[in-house]
Amino acid sequence: MPAIAADEEYCMGCRLCEIACMAQRSGISDLAKALRPGRPRPQPGTRVETEGVRAVSISCRHCQQAPCLLACLTGAMQRTQDGRVVVDRDRCAGCGTCVLVCPYGAVAISPERKVASKCDLCPGWEQPACVAACPNRALRVVEESP
Amino acid sequence: MIRSYLPPRFQVQRDEGRCIRCRVCENQCSFQAQHYDEEDDRLVAQEANCVGCHRCEALCPTGALRISPGASAYREHANWTDREIRNLNRQAETGGVLLSGMGSDRPYPIYWDHLLLDASQVTNPAIDPLREPMELRTYLGRRPDALELAPDGRLATALEPQLTLELPVMFSAISYGAINLNVCRALAQAAVTLDTYCNTGEGGLHQSLYGYGPHTIVQVASGRFGVHLDYLEAAAAIEIKIGQGAKPGIGGHLPGEKVNEAISHTRMIPVGSDALSPAPQHDIYSIEDLRLLIYALKEATTYAKPVGVKIAAVHNCAAIASGIARAGADFIAIDGFRGGTGAAPTMIRDNVGIPIEFALAAVDSRLREEGIRNQVSLVVGGGIRCSADVVKAIALGADACYIATAALIAIGCTLCQQCPTGKCAWGIATNDPLLARRVNPELAAERLVNLLGGWALEIREMLGGMGINAIESLRGNRLRLRAIGLGDRELDILGVLPAGQ
Repeated sequence: MPAIAADEEYCMGCRLCEIACMAQRSGISDLAKALRPGRPRPQPGTRVETEGVRAVSISCRHCQQAPCLLACLTGAMQRTQDGRVVVDRDRCAGCGTCVLVCPYGAVAISPERKVASKCDLCPGWEQPACVAACPNRALRVVEESP
Repeated sequence: MIRSYLPPRFQVQRDEGRCIRCRVCENQCSFQAQHYDEEDDRLVAQEANCVGCHRCEALCPTGALRISPGASAYREHANWTDREIRNLNRQAETGGVLLSGMGSDRPYPIYWDHLLLDASQVTNPAIDPLREPMELRTYLGRRPDALELAPDGRLATALEPQLTLELPVMFSAISYGAINLNVCRALAQAAVTLDTYCNTGEGGLHQSLYGYGPHTIVQVASGRFGVHLDYLEAAAAIEIKIGQGAKPGIGGHLPGEKVNEAISHTRMIPVGSDALSPAPQHDIYSIEDLRLLIYALKEATTYAKPVGVKIAAVHNCAAIASGIARAGADFIAIDGFRGGTGAAPTMIRDNVGIPIEFALAAVDSRLREEGIRNQVSLVVGGGIRCSADVVKAIALGADACYIATAALIAIGCTLCQQCPTGKCAWGIATNDPLLARRVNPELAAERLVNLLGGWALEIREMLGGMGINAIESLRGNRLRLRAIGLGDRELDILGVLPAGQ
């Protein structure tokens, strides 16, 4: 099952991954237009945590035994055939149980739709937007999730 | 504190229509030249702090930033230029020695650009390197005066230890401390992949880099930092550093603030203490003394590896090189006045030394005249910018070239010359743990391998064009060079004919 691995050794906390993720989710190809101040921004599927000299980009691990899958009350959290864990927005009630149980803090409630939002590994793209945007190769796609 | 009169050197232009307030410019600028104003929800530039490193511009995801020179200009004056006025002001404000990073940026003539390469036409056909073998392998070390063959055709002469390079370019000395471990690792890794060598500089070899030893040249400099038996034994070759092109006659100074735990351990000095390299090596006051050190190092390493000597290109370097060859060195590294540095007094950097082109030509000619050219290999550095410079250097008489500035540029350096501040926004000339993360050794090594891989292809093309299929055949072959725009004296020293002759 694929996942995005973050190399905390070389994450410099620039947050370009978050920006690329938001832009990709907006569906608008011009980044400046997609994230223009004033326009509502999509919830990014990754979040950069910094503490002291450390920084790391945290996104869904697509766990083999995913607590969010087990906890989801409505069956909105689903495992795809290729192993990704994704949210069916139409079924999500926005209860936030998945947010509570995720050990990585990788699920959030999207402010615009009030449903769970998380990394979906950018299906249909050559590589996830965050991985492509990382200037220091601190993010990469790995075949085995934890 | 004296208030500065200096106007900003760079202009930060932000296209407000493209700025998405992501604050990447703010978090990437290590000089506090970008600031987010929360109340107004906009980014504001503190242009006075901008050093022109272009980090923010390179990482801005929307291309909203342009950094350009000339935010403000003093009235034009041919004598009292902007540069002179700024230097005077900086000194009036601080009272100190002006410091600069990287090599001299003064507009001295670049003689590589006055040399042109030959190509074959009709009578000596050019070679297509994509179809035919082309040899870039280079050996560095002492060659015997004559070869003897045993009756069975095998070589009977015992050869001195040699370094084998798969392309005639090595990474020059940059010390651990001046650059951080990530950059050291990238250079070492690239040297392994490219089958060439990486010079440690005078900062010792970090424990985690001993595995790269077979592709490492270790330096023994005047401060003797990190020099011990394991260090010497780990290396492929040893280089005694007498001088550096950026600051001939000057020692080194790594400020105590940069000496962290790992650097302290590697350099074998206390944490936080200044690492001062004396200007001379205090046990070398003559060629005879140098000979003692060369042989002490050879003895310590059982005569198994070449021992070279690095000097700065200065006025009488030809005579000095002759002495070094006679003192038993296996190679001589000459560093031209454009060579880089992490910190040098600006006046020294910009006014001392001579161009590497002249130094190389003078040394090669002198060693040939004295019949001892075979006893020593010549490695030149200090301003080698591209593969054509390498080819010209080899035609002028070098065995191989050293590059350091070019390598750092490949990693990201934009020559903003702020190395002495330790705040390198590209994460190169800094030991700040937050900034040092900006160089991922794997990515940096890949860039270096790409760079020199490209150079190797270009060198093959140039050799092929000259109808030569091995770099050995070009070495010292100054007839394959012609000069353009030079006077008779310069032509004499370079030993090159003018174009058209």
